[in-house]
Amino acid sequence: MALLQIAEPGQSAAPHQHKLAAGIDLGTTNSLVATVRSGEAKTLFNKAGQDMVPSVVRYTKDNVIVGHAAAADAVLDPHNTIVSVKRLMGRGFAEINADAEHIPYELVDQSGLVAINTIQGIKNPVEVSAEILATLADTASLTLGGELTGVVITVPAYFDDSQRQATKDAAKLAGLNVLRLLNEPTAAALAYGLDSGQEGVVAVYDLGGGTFDISILRLKRGVFEVLATGGDSALGGDDFDHTIVNWLQQQTGQAKLSHSELRQYLVSARQIKENLSATEQLDFVLPLASGEFKGQISRADFDALIQPLVRKTIRACKQVLRDAGLDTEEIQQVVMVGGSTRVPLVRSAVAEFFAAEPLTSIDPDKVVAIGAAIQANVLVGNKSDHDTLLLDVIPLSLGLETMGGLVEKIIPRNTVIPVARAQEFTTFKDGQTAMAIHVLQGERELVDACRSLARFNLTNIPAMAAGGAHIRVTFQVDADGLLSVTAQEKSTGVSASIQVKPSYGLSDDQVATMIQSSMLYAKQDMQLRLLKEQQVEAERVLEAVSAALNADAALLTAEEKLSVEQALAELATVKQGDNTAAIKAAIEHTNHITDEFAARRMDISIRKALQGHKVDEV
Amino acid sequence: MNYFQLFHLPAQFELDLTELGTRYLELQRQFHPDKHAAGSERDKLMAVQQAANINDAYHSLKQPLLRAEHLLALRGLKISNEQRSFMEPAFLMQQMELRELLAEISDASDPDALIDEADQQIQQQKKALLRQLQSALDANNPEHDHQAADIIRKLKFFFKLQHELELIEQTQD
Repeated sequence: MALLQIAEPGQSAAPHQHKLAAGIDLGTTNSLVATVRSGEAKTLFNKAGQDMVPSVVRYTKDNVIVGHAAAADAVLDPHNTIVSVKRLMGRGFAEINADAEHIPYELVDQSGLVAINTIQGIKNPVEVSAEILATLADTASLTLGGELTGVVITVPAYFDDSQRQATKDAAKLAGLNVLRLLNEPTAAALAYGLDSGQEGVVAVYDLGGGTFDISILRLKRGVFEVLATGGDSALGGDDFDHTIVNWLQQQTGQAKLSHSELRQYLVSARQIKENLSATEQLDFVLPLASGEFKGQISRADFDALIQPLVRKTIRACKQVLRDAGLDTEEIQQVVMVGGSTRVPLVRSAVAEFFAAEPLTSIDPDKVVAIGAAIQANVLVGNKSDHDTLLLDVIPLSLGLETMGGLVEKIIPRNTVIPVARAQEFTTFKDGQTAMAIHVLQGERELVDACRSLARFNLTNIPAMAAGGAHIRVTFQVDADGLLSVTAQEKSTGVSASIQVKPSYGLSDDQVATMIQSSMLYAKQDMQLRLLKEQQVEAERVLEAVSAALNADAALLTAEEKLSVEQALAELATVKQGDNTAAIKAAIEHTNHITDEFAARRMDISIRKALQGHKVDEV
Repeated sequence: MNYFQLFHLPAQFELDLTELGTRYLELQRQFHPDKHAAGSERDKLMAVQQAANINDAYHSLKQPLLRAEHLLALRGLKISNEQRSFMEPAFLMQQMELRELLAEISDASDPDALIDEADQQIQQQKKALLRQLQSALDANNPEHDHQAADIIRKLKFFFKLQHELELIEQTQD
């Protein structure tokens, strides 16, 4: 009798097929990593036994400390301890510095971008975030016993293109393969949706440390359709803390605070906020250099302090319902996300507005990471899940600068992504060979009131008479909400070259330089990392093309098939070796040889769809 | 690309939106980039492009005006973006009156009543024009197609008015 093979819990029966994937909630205050094991999504604990890691990075003379240890040092060493770095992601120096009174470290201008002067030199938010991501990925690798194939990282739905790009750059710097940037509310709905098989329209109210999101989703047979999203990328529980700090200052009469005093006030403010969630009246002690300050605060006092902020979130809820074309009665459930939703006033205000008791059965601090883990498990290919489909929208309109400093919208907010829209431009001078395009994101009509995303210079336009050249510029937003731009002159078919100057982002070259010089990589062998990356991509290409050959070899002539097989064989051989450049060349060669094949396959599947075949017959 | 074919729906103005939605999801389940996340860089890029096309097709069929324009385009009639000075005086008069009504709202003693009045007028006109559009398109001949194009141009004015009214309404609360 054959013995039954019983897999150990947490291990697949065929371990070589199970790929390690994780979901990461890169939060303003805390970050978490989660994964699906034995069919269940769970947060992962580090060696110290914690799953919630404070998003705090401290730079010392020759070390980088992340998490609880760094948070403990925040008061001691405020200049070199970076908290709430998420608020700085993709932001300009001028934008942040105008509102820097609560930021206890020294901000510097890194060619327009905000950065922080630390004992280890200037660090930008991407580098700081990469430290947090690398720490979480380490926890996952250690717990799961292997390197991660890919991760899903969550971002606020309201994040604009620069903030998303900065997050992706941070992951790249940390050496992670990003399967998807997932919107936090979608992740939260995913965690709840699969749990209880919900159907209907739900609102996700996400009040984190530094950001507020409100999203309306329709859940139907495994489809998560975002109907509208809105919020405020600079409003969160941290602002509750700051209102308490202001109140404390009035109590103590201390108008001006040093960096470390501000830290002490902030720590006390947070404790007061957390305690007032459970009690109505609180006696507190604020340690000061001049001695202890003893005071008293009631929940009603606290409610009055934060009332304007809570009202601001409810206003955003109204707006997003309007965008979705829905009334409050049509919302069946409200999912609560983020630690700040523990505040009683927040819960009651939300319950009152939506006339529904908010869902809180999954820990609001962990629900996003859990949803991200579920999606990571699907995307990496562990679960051939044909049912789940996430349809997200672009949170802010994309537009172009036109004459007179006005913005013309190309892609309105709440358009389902991926999306591609083309716009035609023409030259206005004889022989003109270049053109500048300014892309903005926001809802206002004036350029100055929107956020500048990037400036594109189109060059190599064929010289023609004025108005003769028609340049078709295509704006494409992928499933991560990231913009890319291509341009083509219509009559000649010549591709115009595009140089992108991100307004609040790093160029590809800058990211590459950061990777080269990064401390994260000094620990590993840089060359080895690059080799590994190419090997992984080679493996993907081999798998994809082999699967295509198995399915659709009939689309190729015998000769074509032979050359594809030769390219594959060559790639498989080169992949075994350690010549990074050769592997890269072999991938490019294979791609080149199979371009036509891939196009034919895509054509066929679209044509089959056009001819009325059901999808499962294709 | 013929969007009606893509969603296996008859090429006509009247459309079963539920059916459209179901077909749309079937297609996205196949082409959405998430279904190709483990693929090679090129596979991922192609998936983004296809999913974007499908979204565009869905968007175009869902909205009555875009659907009508697509239908006319399939019949070889492209509606140009530039304004054509085709409008009958009666239509222009009506537009001016509605615009005046909208302008009065902010100073009115009872703005809600004026908003309701403007909204009712706009909805009524829209409904009537959409009915006309449907029968013009159903006739399916060149003469009626040109009529349909004119109705679409008129409808655009009303959709624009409706949008402006919504903006005014938002500034009221």
